[in-house]
Formats: sequence, structure tokens, C-alpha cells
Amino acid sequence: MNCCKTVTDKAQQALAWVDERFPLSFLWKSHVSEYYAPKNFNFWYLFGSLALLVLVIQIVTGIFLVMNYKPDASLNLAGVPVAFASVESTIMRDVWGGKYIRYMHSTGASAFFIVVYLHMFRGMLYGSYRKPRELIWLFGMGIFLCLMGEAFFGYLLPWGQMSFWGAQVIVNLFSAVPVIGGQLSEFIRGDFVVSDATLNRFFAFHVIAIPLVLLGLVTSHLIALHEVGSNNPDGVEIKKHKDANGIPLDGIPFYPYHVIKDVFGVSIFLIVFAAVIFFAPEGGGYFLEFNNFFPADALKTPPHIAPVWYFTPYYSMLRATTSDFLPFLWAFIALISVLTWRGAASCRFVRGLCVLVPLAAYWGFFGLSAFGLTVPLTALLLPGVKFTVLGVDLARGLDAKFWGVVMMGGSVMLFALLPWLDRSPVKSIRYKGVLVKTALVIFVVAFLILGYFGTQPPSPVGNILSQICTILYLSFFGLMPWYSRLDKTKPVPERLTWK
Amino acid sequence: MSDNKENASNGESCCACSLDPERRALLAATAGVGAIVGLGVAAPFVGSFLPSERAKAAGAPVEYDLSKLAPGQMDTIEWQGKPVWIVRRTPEMVAALKKNDANLVDPNSERSEQPEYAKGTARAIKDEYFVCLGVCTHLGCSPNPKFLLGAESGMGEDWNGGFLCPCHGSRFDLAGRVFKSMPAPVNLVIPPHSYLSDTRLLIGKDSKES
Ligand code: HEM
Ligand code: FES
Repeated sequence: MNCCKTVTDKAQQALAWVDERFPLSFLWKSHVSEYYAPKNFNFWYLFGSLALLVLVIQIVTGIFLVMNYKPDASLNLAGVPVAFASVESTIMRDVWGGKYIRYMHSTGASAFFIVVYLHMFRGMLYGSYRKPRELIWLFGMGIFLCLMGEAFFGYLLPWGQMSFWGAQVIVNLFSAVPVIGGQLSEFIRGDFVVSDATLNRFFAFHVIAIPLVLLGLVTSHLIALHEVGSNNPDGVEIKKHKDANGIPLDGIPFYPYHVIKDVFGVSIFLIVFAAVIFFAPEGGGYFLEFNNFFPADALKTPPHIAPVWYFTPYYSMLRATTSDFLPFLWAFIALISVLTWRGAASCRFVRGLCVLVPLAAYWGFFGLSAFGLTVPLTALLLPGVKFTVLGVDLARGLDAKFWGVVMMGGSVMLFALLPWLDRSPVKSIRYKGVLVKTALVIFVVAFLILGYFGTQPPSPVGNILSQICTILYLSFFGLMPWYSRLDKTKPVPERLTWK
Repeated sequence: MSDNKENASNGESCCACSLDPERRALLAATAGVGAIVGLGVAAPFVGSFLPSERAKAAGAPVEYDLSKLAPGQMDTIEWQGKPVWIVRRTPEMVAALKKNDANLVDPNSERSEQPEYAKGTARAIKDEYFVCLGVCTHLGCSPNPKFLLGAESGMGEDWNGGFLCPCHGSRFDLAGRVFKSMPAPVNLVIPPHSYLSDTRLLIGKDSKES
């Protein structure tokens, strides 16, 4: 008994010693044991901590993979690229446990996207992006972009067929940028083709550059979160009602209550994660693609190439943006401009933009032709005269290829605008009306259909459906300022509803 | 948590305008010099991203022996790390090219990239041998040959033979000319090439350069 007491006393002293030099107890209290989060968190609130867990899994397994991986595209004595052999032969067969480390990392990548997509969807359900949480959301967008970059750079490393041709296609997207495109894609590759130089720099990005940025962003994400406090499924601010000590009445301390809940979520997650690693590590060809078991061959594209599932919705939108789709896209832009014009009676600047944007888009899409269906006006009036400046034919506008790239990047970035597009008087889906609920359902369905067709080879039906879903996707964001205002909302309770 | 907010709001002293004006000029000059040094330091890092001298030096011309190619057959060789196709077109294949003209984006290859001697419908020095960079002008995949005709090819009734890009479905005819409404904007690129003799082809070099 006595000796126990001495030990705890010593521990107290040690803690006091540290606290005088570093705010350990203070940090623990203010961010954990006396950090109050709403008591009505549900299933959807598990994905933040799960994302942190997956981040740790990726970093730890990644460190161990690097110990055996070689970023080298040259051929070994057996005629196989060294990088490919270091993954498929060294790590997968020769290193003790290497196979499981690799499967944890490759499954972790897909798990990361599942978790983050659900985490973002939670934000959309409960209006978590709205004031005062705009910066949490924007840091989240930064994380999402880094995650996409990280996945893309990492996918080149095994130097398989899919790695090679996936990188080829994505890097060439940049060549669609007018004027500087060609040099830009050379600059990214460091060569005229995807080669050893490309592999080495992607390796550097994947193992150190992006992870560092990612860690910085995750830290900022959490600092911003703790500054304003969490939203919750009711979308009401718990800080509005505090007790005499300034503690939110509807809050409970993060430790132990939410920690226990998160540990429970982690257990369930790890059971599923382990099951995938042991019984379906390739995820039916969705987590590790079949064609990537062949070493990169610069002379032959595999008959069917598709990105990993988490990129496919955006890949579908890229494919959907062909020249015969541009007229519809333009009509959509014109519609948004007309609506904005009507809403902005007092503001000259906004009205100016409402005229300028559709005009610029018209030229960019069709040049001086009628919706790209006819020859340019100049070809009729001044046949034979060329209006090409720096490789851009002014009479024809810009290639559909370029707009495909803009579509792919822009549709990701649209999420960042949500805090300003959503004009609903309520935050949470629980108190929103039919209009917003319908829009959200349509959006999710369109997103899934786009994702599905992105995994399939190009087909006429797939193309039409992708084009329709692209318009639906854009409408969800583009028309939100109007439908979220028209929506008939329900009254929001003063305090959390909680059974 | 919230104390740091208060600190920030009542701190007037962080405003630089209360500084001595003479010192301000000095500060600005120092900052300016610092920025220039910073730019100088950035230069090698940005420059290191450009293709290295070694990458630029790669890409000597490649010779190809045409005698091993049977009519209607195609071979792929590597030049500058990229696939180059050599197709021995039959007279029927060459004759069928004209039939595609109405459905092409650029039938006379005016907006596409090729040496002067490979313009026109067949886009070749000799109609029989079609030499072409096997790199899709959309996003750089290598299209697959689809030489069967009509419905048998799986490309539709009126297919006259050509290439299909596996990535986003661009279609090209047997002269590498792109069909309308495809993701690829222009025809496939023809690399510089020349004949050393009737059966020896040199890829990567014009005859006049030698
Ligand atoms: C590495 C990836 C990420 C990690 C580790 C992460 C971590 C977290 C954690 C631990 C929380 C608090 C727990 C919770 O609310 O579930 C949180 C909240 C939040 N996150 Fe993330 N997150 C990530 C990515 C994202 C992304 C991509 C977005 C959206 C673009 C996002 C938006 C939000 C928002 C809006 C909240 C506040 C939610 C609320 O209060 O209702 N996060 N994040
Ligand atoms: S790369 Fe050929 S169609 Fe896209």
C-alpha cells in the first residue's frame, strides 16, 4: 500500500516537473478530457477518428515498404524492371511478412477513400461545412486533394501496366492546357515519356512531400475543429446553452465518452479490414487491378485501362466531356448565369460577370462556330486565313480535351464552395425539406453511376448516362443556392434531441 | 482555447506603422534582397524538374527491315521510348481509306502533325507502308489494331479497318486519321522517316537531313 502511494506520488511529481516545462496536462485537458463534444454523435461521427487511424496505418506500413522497395525502372538480369521485381517478387515473396505489409498498405489506400468519402458525406448530411466551420471544411478539401495526389503518385511505384498507363494518361491531361501544355507535361515527367525520371520523382512525392503536407493539413483541420467545436446530427450549436461553469449543457467530455465510442468503431473497422487483407486482398480487382501484375510496357496499352475505383466518378466526367456534350454544358452555364443575374439586381459587378462568363465559355467551347456544329464564321468570310496564336486556333476555341480536364479538376473543387452555395436556414438534413433531400439522393445516385461507368470500357450507353449524371452532379452544386432557399424546412429545436 | 483569440484582438503593437520610417526603408530593402536570393535558390530546384541532358540525348534513329512484314501485317518498334507502328497495307486497305473521309475530323491532315512528305489521304511516303507513332493524340495511350472489316471487327457495320484506343475509345482509320466526335482532337502523329533501300526503313530521320 505504502509503496503504491510512493509510486503515484513520484508520478505526480514527474508530471508537475513536465508541466512546468511543457503544457502537457493543459493540452490533455483542453483537447481531450475537458473538450466537450455533443452527446448525440451517431454512426457518421466515427469516420474522423477512423481516418486518423488509416493515416497511421498508411504511414507505418509505408515506412516498412520503403525498406525493400526500389524506385528503379531499369531492367534487372531477368529482364524485369527493378521496381516491379522489388514489389512483386521481393516484398510479396521473399520478405518475411512483406505480403501482409503490402496488402495493409494497398487495402489501406482504398479504406482511406471509403472512410473519407463517408466523412465528407456526413458533412453534407448535417451541414457541417456551414458557418463557423468553413475552414474545417476547406482544410478537409486540402486533405482530400493531397489524398488524391498521394494515391496517384503511389500507384506508379509498382511499375505495372496499370501504373504506367494510368500515369501516362493523367500526366498527359496537363498537355491539354493551351500554350504551355506540352512543356508542362514534360516538366512533370522529367522526360518525353513516363520513365525512370518520372518514377523517382513520384517516389519522392509519395514518401515524403505529400505526407508532410497531409500531416500539416490534418493538424490544422483538428485545430480548427477544436476552436469552434463539433457540429452534430441536429445541426444546433451546443455552445448556445452553457451551465454556470461555461460547459455546454449538451456536451460530454471527449475522454472517456467519445474515445470509448471511437474505440468501438475502430474494432469493427479493423475486423473488416483484416478480413479483406486475409481473404480478398485484391478486392475483386478494385483494390489491386489485375493488369498491374504485368510489368510496365511502354509499347502496349492493356486492352482495358481504368483508374482505381475511388477516381472513377471523376474519370467518367473526363470521358463524358466530348465535343458533342459541350452545347449542353454551355446551356447549363447560361442557365446559372441567368438565375444569378435575376438574383443580383443591385450589383453591377456580378451582373457583368453573368454576361462575361457565358460569352467566354461560348468562345472557349465553340470558337466562332454555331455550337461547334458548323465551320467557324471566319472560314466562311475569310477562307484560308488562319487565326492561330501560340498554337490556339482562335476561330475554333479550345479542344474538348482541355474542357474534360477542367471538368475533372473543377468537379472535385466544387465541394469547396458548399459553405457558400448552401442557403438553407437550417443545417441538418433532419430539418430540411423534400427539395434538398431529393437533390442529395439524386446526387448520390449520379455519383455512384459515374463511379460505375468509370470502371467500365467506353460504350455508347455508358457515355450518354455519364453525360446525364455529369449534368446532375453539376446541378446539385450549381442550383443549390436556389433550391436550398425554396426548400420548406422544419423548425429546429433549441437543444439537442436525443433519445 | 478562446484566450488566444482575445490576445490577438487587443494587440495593436503588431502593426508595423508605429515603426521608425527610416528603419522601414531599410526593412523593405532587406526583404527585397531576401526575395531575390530566395528566387535564386528556387531556380535549381525548379530546373531539376526539366528533362535531364541524358533524357534529351536519348532517341537515335532506328532501322527496320521491311522484308519480314507480310501484307496486312503490323509490327511495333520502340523509338524515343515510344511505340512506332509499321503497317504493310494491302491495296484494298489503301483503297478503302477514301471511304472514311466524310466521317473524319481532318481528312487531309491539315491540322495534324506529320512531315511534309506524309500528308494527304494515305499519309505515307509509299502507300504500302504506313509508319505512325502509336500514341493516341488524346492522352497518350497506345491504340490497338482493329484490322477486321465490318461487323466482324466489333466496331460496327461500316468499319473499314483501323485502330481503337482502349483508354477513352478514340477511333482512327488505317492512315491514323481520327473519326469525328472522338476524344482525340487530331490525327495520329507521323514521325520523320526515310528509306535507306527498298526494304530498309529508317525511323527518326528525314532523308534530306542525312
Ligand atoms: C486525412 C483525412 C482526414 C482526417 C484524419 C480527418 C479527421 C477528422 C476528425 C478526427 C474529425 C472529428 C471527428 C468527426 O467529426 O468525425 C473531423 C471533423 C470534420 N472533418 Fe475531417 N478528416 C479528414 C478529411 C476530411 C475531408 C476530406 C473533409 C471534407 C472536405 C473533412 C471535413 C470535416 C468536417 C466538416 C468536420 C467537422 C464535422 C462536424 O463537426 O460535424 N475532413 N475530421
Ligand atoms: S488516350 Fe486515346 S482516347 Fe484517350
